[in-house]
This record gives sequence, structure tokens and C-alpha cells, in this order.
Amino acid sequence: MITARVTVTLKNGVLDPQGKAIEGALATLGFEGVDGVRQGKVFDIELDHDDRARAEMDLAAMCEKLLANTVIEDYAVEIV
Amino acid sequence: MKTAIVLLPGLNRDRDMIAAIRTISGQEPLTVWQTETEIPTGVDLVIVPGGFSFGDYLRCGAIGARMPVMRAVADSARRGVRVLGVCNGFQMLLEAGLLPGALMRNASLNFVCRTVKLEVTNADTAFTRGYRQGQVIDCPVAHHDGNYFADAETLARLEGERRVVFRYADGTNPNGSVKDIAGIINADGNVLGMMPHPENLIEDAHGGADGRPLFESALDLAAA
Repeated sequence: MITARVTVTLKNGVLDPQGKAIEGALATLGFEGVDGVRQGKVFDIELDHDDRARAEMDLAAMCEKLLANTVIEDYAVEIV
Repeated sequence: MKTAIVLLPGLNRDRDMIAAIRTISGQEPLTVWQTETEIPTGVDLVIVPGGFSFGDYLRCGAIGARMPVMRAVADSARRGVRVLGVCNGFQMLLEAGLLPGALMRNASLNFVCRTVKLEVTNADTAFTRGYRQGQVIDCPVAHHDGNYFADAETLARLEGERRVVFRYADGTNPNGSVKDIAGIINADGNVLGMMPHPENLIEDAHGGADGRPLFESALDLAAA
């Protein structure tokens, strides 16, 4: 069994109004020193096999084809 | 002209679109469910209507765009069949790769539901020849994710090839869309995606009929 964590974030340069709103809310709560917030998504994916090479290939394809919109998002795959 | 309207769970403007086609063409459109793998032969116009396909889970239109019917829509588009995507339909055409760019959360983070002004920035397409070049029309919008984005290279190509067909006019950009882009067309000129809802402004009872020429054009009913 392989468990992977895929993190999808907005590319640099793509405006993130949700991140801005979160940043504003943190300030409202009194947290000081926050210089920026960018939000994203996390996917924990369980595979039913132990073939690491196959997992890496499949997970990259999953990101390209569905999990990330590569027009606006970057992704990172971590096998845990 | 025969029209087919794509149906997916979570859409909510499909009936508006069916009513618009029936009213304008006098013909009942076909409907094609998400699991279908082919658009019926003889269809000249495929419409992907608005709503929230699959609850817009993951990203707006992301799941809907990967259903079998959207592969069939792509096949039809390649054969030259006209394809119109409105609102969630536009989001699906982008997610399916039929049009370039992406639609992100509105810059205000608010759902917007109001009538905006649209400038027809290219009246030489199969969908817009019923309008005058530069004409400013009314059109309703109702969306949470209409903030169009594309990289600089893509934007330059779209502008250079006159593929920005509708732009929000008179300061009415409701969503922060780059260069006020409201609707774009593909390079072959047969696939149009737009956020506003022309199907909701086609008769006096709607408060105006500025959306009607779009359908009359796409259905070859407009006076040339």
C-alpha cells in the first residue's frame, strides 16, 4: 500500500482573492506579522500496490488530467 | 438546424436553454445525458448550459468536463459542429481543453447575479453576426467563478486573432476578469464560451431581447 499526498497551489502571479480574504481575517483575529496567505488543496490518495515507480507515474498523470488545472495551478506529489 | 443540449447532474439552466431554443427556432432541441458517448448525427449546434455540474466539486466544471458526453462534444467540435458553452458550460469547455484559459473565483469572492453591459468585440463570428461590431448589449450574469484568466501569451493570441468576442462594457465587469473578457471563441470559430446568460434575455417578458440575436446567428436564422 502506498499513500501519497498531492498538494495543489495557485501558480505565482495568479491572484488569490481567497488567500487575501484569509489574510484579512487573520489580521481581524489579531494575528500580527502575517505577510501573505496563499491557499490551496490537499489530496491524500491511497493506492492498492507497492510499486513506487508506477505510483509516481500514475500520480503525475492524475495531477495533469484532473487534480490540478495547470493553467493556474502547480502541484507537488509526496509519497508518504 | 438541429440543436442538442447537454445534461449533467447539477446543471440548472438547462430548461432555460431548452425554452430559448424552442421559442426562437420553433423546434424542440434534443437532450443528451452525460453518459452518452455520441452526439446524435445531424446536430448542428451543441449547447452546454449553466449551473453547477457535480456541485462544482474540485473546481468549477472540472468533474463535468471529464464525463463521456464531453468527449463526444469535443469530437463534434472537431468535425465543425457549433458548440456554445454558457456559464458552467463555458467552465466545462475550458476544463475540457476546447478553449484556452481558466475561470477562477470572482475577485470580490461574492456570487454576482445582475445584468451587465457587454460589448460585441467581434461581430464576424457564426454566433455574433446578428449584432453590429461594437454594439453594447444587456445580458444577465449569475456566477461565483467568472474571473477569466490566461497567461500573457494566450491573451496576446486571443486578442491578435480577434477571439475575444464579448467584453464587459461601461465598467460593469462583475468578476475581475482579465481585460474584461466575458466570452471567447476557438481558432476555428465554431466553439464559443461565455459567462453571461443570453438565454435569459430573449423576449419582452424578460425585460429585453438582447440575447436573441446570438441564437438567431448560431441557428442561421439571422438576416445576413
